[in-house]
Amino acid sequence: MAIDSKVVAQVAHLARLKVDEADSAALSDRLNDILAMVDQLQQADVADVAPMAHPLDVTQPLREDEVSEPNVRDKALDIAPAAEDGCFLVPRVIE
Amino acid sequence: MSWEVVIGLEIHVQLNTVSKLFSGSKLSTGAEPNTQASLVDLGMPGTLPVVNKEAVRKAALFGLAINADICRHSVFERKNYFYPDLPKGYQTTQLAEPIVGAGIVEIQLESGEKKNVRIHHAHLEEDAGKSLHEDFHGMTGIDLNRAGTPLIEVVTEPDMSNAEEAVAFARKLHAIVTSIGICDGDMSQGNMRFDVNVSIRKPGDELGTRTETKNLNSFRFMEKAIALEVERQIDVLEDGGKIVQETRLYNGDTHTARSMRSKEDANDYRYFPCPDLLPVAITDADLEELKAAMPELPNARKARFIDDYQLSEYDADLLSGSVATATFFEAVSKAGGDAKLAANWVMGEMAARLNAEEKAISDSPVSAEQLGQLIARLKDGTISSKIAKQVFEACWAGEGDPDAIIEAKGLKQMSDSGELEKIVDDIIANNAPQVDDYRNSDDAKKKKKIGFFVGQAMKATQGKANPQQLNQLLQKKLQ
Repeated sequence: MAIDSKVVAQVAHLARLKVDEADSAALSDRLNDILAMVDQLQQADVADVAPMAHPLDVTQPLREDEVSEPNVRDKALDIAPAAEDGCFLVPRVIE
Repeated sequence: MSWEVVIGLEIHVQLNTVSKLFSGSKLSTGAEPNTQASLVDLGMPGTLPVVNKEAVRKAALFGLAINADICRHSVFERKNYFYPDLPKGYQTTQLAEPIVGAGIVEIQLESGEKKNVRIHHAHLEEDAGKSLHEDFHGMTGIDLNRAGTPLIEVVTEPDMSNAEEAVAFARKLHAIVTSIGICDGDMSQGNMRFDVNVSIRKPGDELGTRTETKNLNSFRFMEKAIALEVERQIDVLEDGGKIVQETRLYNGDTHTARSMRSKEDANDYRYFPCPDLLPVAITDADLEELKAAMPELPNARKARFIDDYQLSEYDADLLSGSVATATFFEAVSKAGGDAKLAANWVMGEMAARLNAEEKAISDSPVSAEQLGQLIARLKDGTISSKIAKQVFEACWAGEGDPDAIIEAKGLKQMSDSGELEKIVDDIIANNAPQVDDYRNSDDAKKKKKIGFFVGQAMKATQGKANPQQLNQLLQKKLQ
């Protein structure tokens, strides 16, 4: 798939990145280069290869179901832009 | 030609672990906001998730309970979107390799008909936090205590064709997850949340466009929301309109629903395997261990109730539907020594009072032992069934054990026939006209007219006369 400035704008929106329109063309080119490289990878014959979710050949260590974390509310709220009644405050969101 | 309804469900089941899915934060409801949100839950840079063994175990146990294949190397992925109650900017969930594969849940309908609902898959994921819109003067408050709570999302195939089937499935799923002890099943606390996908079509046509009604947290609301949405879709299509694929929100208080967001501006979640987490392995030995520890499933319990207690299929179905009810019933039956009476009382008087006061059976003021004692007294003839209801009420009101109540209130059925005989003689002596009338009636009328004397005798004995004994006595004396 080819990336144009419309796709750049959409991806930027999804990632909440502000992209100047002036940079859009250059970004499209760079992203297309990356996709071209991925296209090359796609040509490899992987018919006999199982899909890989992780490069390490190990599995996830699991943790016992125990409470180990302290209450860090005061520290967390201290560094928040706004807080009230134990809650973080954000601009109103309504679905 | 009528419309055919197609329903599929997605159900979020909250696992009842002690700690969260990826952190050692405590999992409990009712705590002060943000006191159970650790640095991992807050999405702080530099933190790493570590998977909770018990959550994996419980998800796999569910898979075994619905005869599903368990994925031996399930993979966590990131579902990316921005929302204030999702501090990391992504939800850690599963997509391509969910822990539980395809399975089957059998439901039974009121008609007695059985039907299989196929489970597409079930995956492990974390819950988000809560957004609070009130009390923050135009701002939104964020409480992240719930962030990171382990859920399994169960996704069905579109195998249900009306609200009754969907509710029967929901109840069955509730019975399964509570029976195997992976979820507390408290709907009012959001332990189970249902998303309902509904579409309609003419029989034989391809599937119609579906809508999703989200976050229904009671069986009743689910039933009503489905009925409302089916009606709406029929109206739209019969007026020549088109169904728009969208998410809808149902308001149970007003029985209305509204569109939440149109899927035209479809969310692009850009899933990818979470680089912070390795595949979760489940071995043959793990599965053997889980199978050995599998608690009794609702279907097995139902079959046992029919065999052991000679209950009807209907009674057995109702009583085995939840662990709490099943356990209560078995305790009552044991204490009272009569399964049929125990079933009748648990599903009758007991259920009616619990419903009226919106109480769970676990909060019943009358304990299983007390109800059992009441039934024992009913069975051995100490009290009549009418008096039993009175004793039940007193017990419910906290006046003590049935035996103590019967004693204190002098409710023992009159078993001394001499005493009863005297009362009957008095009644006959004092009601000459009625006696003559009775004696001059034919058999059919006599059956009705004896009621007068029974009433008088019950009044005189304050309901303590043994009804059978009284009837025999009256018939003899009035001849």
